[in-house]
Amino acid sequence: MSVALHEEHAHDPAHIRKVAMWVFLGSECLLFGTLISTFLLYRTRTGSGPTAADVFDIPFTSVSSFILLMSSLTMVLAHHSSVRKDYRQMRLWLVATALLGVTFLAGQVFEFTEFVHEGLTVTTSPFGSSFFVLTSFHGAHVAVGVLMLLVTALMSFTGKWRPDAGMDVELVGLYWHFVDIVWIVIFTVVYLLQV
Amino acid sequence: MTETAHHRGMWRWLTTTDHKKIGILYGITAMGFFVVGGIEALFIRLQLATPNGEILSADAYNQLFTMHATTMVFLVVMPAAAALTNYFLPILIGARDVAFPRLNAFSYWVFVAGGLFLTVSFFVGGAPDGGWFGYAPLSTQVTEVVRMDYWALGLQVLGLASVLSSVNFITTVFTMRAPGMSLMRMPVFAWMATVVSFLLLFSLPIITIGLLQVFLDRNLGTGFYSAASGGDPVLWQHLFWLFGHPEVYVLILPAMGIVSEVLPTFSRKPLFGRSFVIFSGIAIGFMGFGVWAHHMFTAGLGPVAEAAFSLTTMFIAVPTGVKIFNWLGTIWGGSIRLKTPMLFSLGFIFLFVIGGLSGVTHSIVPSDAQQHDTYYVVAHFHYVLFGGAVFGIFSGLYYWWPKVTGKLLNERIGRLHFWLMFIGMNLTFAPMHILGLNGMPRRTYRYAEGLGLDLWNLVATIGSFTIAASLLVFFWNWYRTAKHGQPAGDDPWDGRTLEWSISSPPPEHNFDVIPVVHSEDDFWHRKYTENEAGHAVTVTAVPSAPAAEGPIHLPSPSYYPALASSGIFVLLLGLVYLPWGLIAVGAGAVVTMWGLFGWSMEPLTREDHG
Repeated sequence: MSVALHEEHAHDPAHIRKVAMWVFLGSECLLFGTLISTFLLYRTRTGSGPTAADVFDIPFTSVSSFILLMSSLTMVLAHHSSVRKDYRQMRLWLVATALLGVTFLAGQVFEFTEFVHEGLTVTTSPFGSSFFVLTSFHGAHVAVGVLMLLVTALMSFTGKWRPDAGMDVELVGLYWHFVDIVWIVIFTVVYLLQV
Repeated sequence: MTETAHHRGMWRWLTTTDHKKIGILYGITAMGFFVVGGIEALFIRLQLATPNGEILSADAYNQLFTMHATTMVFLVVMPAAAALTNYFLPILIGARDVAFPRLNAFSYWVFVAGGLFLTVSFFVGGAPDGGWFGYAPLSTQVTEVVRMDYWALGLQVLGLASVLSSVNFITTVFTMRAPGMSLMRMPVFAWMATVVSFLLLFSLPIITIGLLQVFLDRNLGTGFYSAASGGDPVLWQHLFWLFGHPEVYVLILPAMGIVSEVLPTFSRKPLFGRSFVIFSGIAIGFMGFGVWAHHMFTAGLGPVAEAAFSLTTMFIAVPTGVKIFNWLGTIWGGSIRLKTPMLFSLGFIFLFVIGGLSGVTHSIVPSDAQQHDTYYVVAHFHYVLFGGAVFGIFSGLYYWWPKVTGKLLNERIGRLHFWLMFIGMNLTFAPMHILGLNGMPRRTYRYAEGLGLDLWNLVATIGSFTIAASLLVFFWNWYRTAKHGQPAGDDPWDGRTLEWSISSPPPEHNFDVIPVVHSEDDFWHRKYTENEAGHAVTVTAVPSAPAAEGPIHLPSPSYYPALASSGIFVLLLGLVYLPWGLIAVGAGAVVTMWGLFGWSMEPLTREDHG
């Protein structure tokens, strides 16, 4: 009896989880929306500290943004391989996506260190507070995404893994693309429009 | 683990993933906090009973009014609504459980962790004392006490619990409805629960960020709300009320849903203008995000903003008024039975109209500037939150009690409860209109003699004890019913919706066969049809025997949700006492991760049950 297709009127568990992920991402939009609004209110309140134009290094951040965007491409490739049930390829692309994410994070750490050396910290001014809290909140999302990617890649080695079980690749992908899109907004609004 | 261990006592409740048991847990917890919040209120009223009250110090008074509001909003009305939603939403839409049963259990246990965390603060250096709204700089000034850290973190984690259950409910509604249960056929209570879930989903993240910023201002020295370093305390007011006003509708819409179920049942008529009631609920949900600044008319927003928010505030009265008239239309010409649930619903309409009208007076900016921070406002929101939300929830309790417990609450004691509560409520809060218009400010722990405030304050205090007495009557009814209550049968009220088609209490899997829905108020139409004159006639045809169905998969019990949330509790405590608390933060994080990891590795369902 146990594995009988359960008749819950085509309540496909994968579909249900996807709906939930979309709903959750809707909520996330408001988190980032509030942080970005705070930043926009405080973008010029630099007090005696450095301004956006003083610290931002647009070429550097453009490169790290490009790296993060490329990770969306590898994510698509990972999902594509999982649909084709080519799990070797899928793992490869998952790990590649995670590596690109880690590279982005490393860039962020470097950038933060530079800013601190130039005298902008989280306590310098409302500009500093809102900049660091917004970008590190996004960074934390990337880190969680990297963790999910690696766990998914690892889980695919175990017998327990089915493509529709647990954190399936599509769900991780939805989350990852969302985090990337948010970065496009942050890069435009927080970096490009402020210098 | 053996099957018997799963089913034993406390362990069974601790590990349950059944939406009905979780609903009961929410309900009992909410009732416990209702007593706590009520006692806080009684202390406040005792202090204010006479001029120059001596019972509380200013400091204790600040803690009590802050915690009274925080408790009643986050630990009583919200979880009471969550209790009824948990228990009945899946049944009303013909599902066997919510979409994510273990996430549902996790939401509950996170809520418990947050509630305990807030309450623990009373015993370690004092409870939060900066108001439930936590205006900066009251919430951000760093003193030697950590009270507002408890508040910021406690609300944060309660918000997490609500967001998770909102995701769960929304997913349930959009993916788990029985065949034929189109969205517009959903019972109005299910609809209002859905609207509430969306409101929480989109409003809580705003306060989440606000609270994070408060916490960082306090503990990391950021300058979000510190005017000295260039921050803007008014930003906090915007963020708080962008959450806080939708929150008002989070509190009232479930009660409106309940009333929309109770009135048709006890008037033996379908809900008048059903789709209008649903759409006005949705309209309230949307417009609820556009009125927040009417809480800030004295903050100096400027004439344009004040005029705009004055208008939106008047506009939002329209869908609310639509609902009132639809309810009146439902009762009109019905064969009314004045059972206790009906009394509470009628009481709801009466009191909510008063509270709604005094609310509309706040949309007039100059008048609001006079009333701001006076007892007039206190009177207004207690009419909508006590007269509205609490009466609606009691209506739901009396209505669904027989379904949940299998026994009918006593009608005579129920009526006594209603009248005592109704009289007590009006004695307490009606005088506050007068006190407020006479200029008595809120949140002050004393008033001087000879200001003309003595009489009405005393009356309000007498009223508050009348409410307390009515609650004791309810508990007596509860106890008496548990001991000697009449068995209710499956359908004691001649109900209209699916929950009355199954046994009382419902089986663990809710429906032996998932129902196929053919119309609104489906169960009613299975029982009655109309003759030429338009009167209801009992259907005589015996429904055909239900077809056999495949195995029913129920979610397994799991202790991981409770484990993970206990980790969150430890983590929160650690965050209050930084930097040494980092040890507890680490330990709590490990336990939480352990819980979440174990949870994700666990098989999903217990084997068949049918």
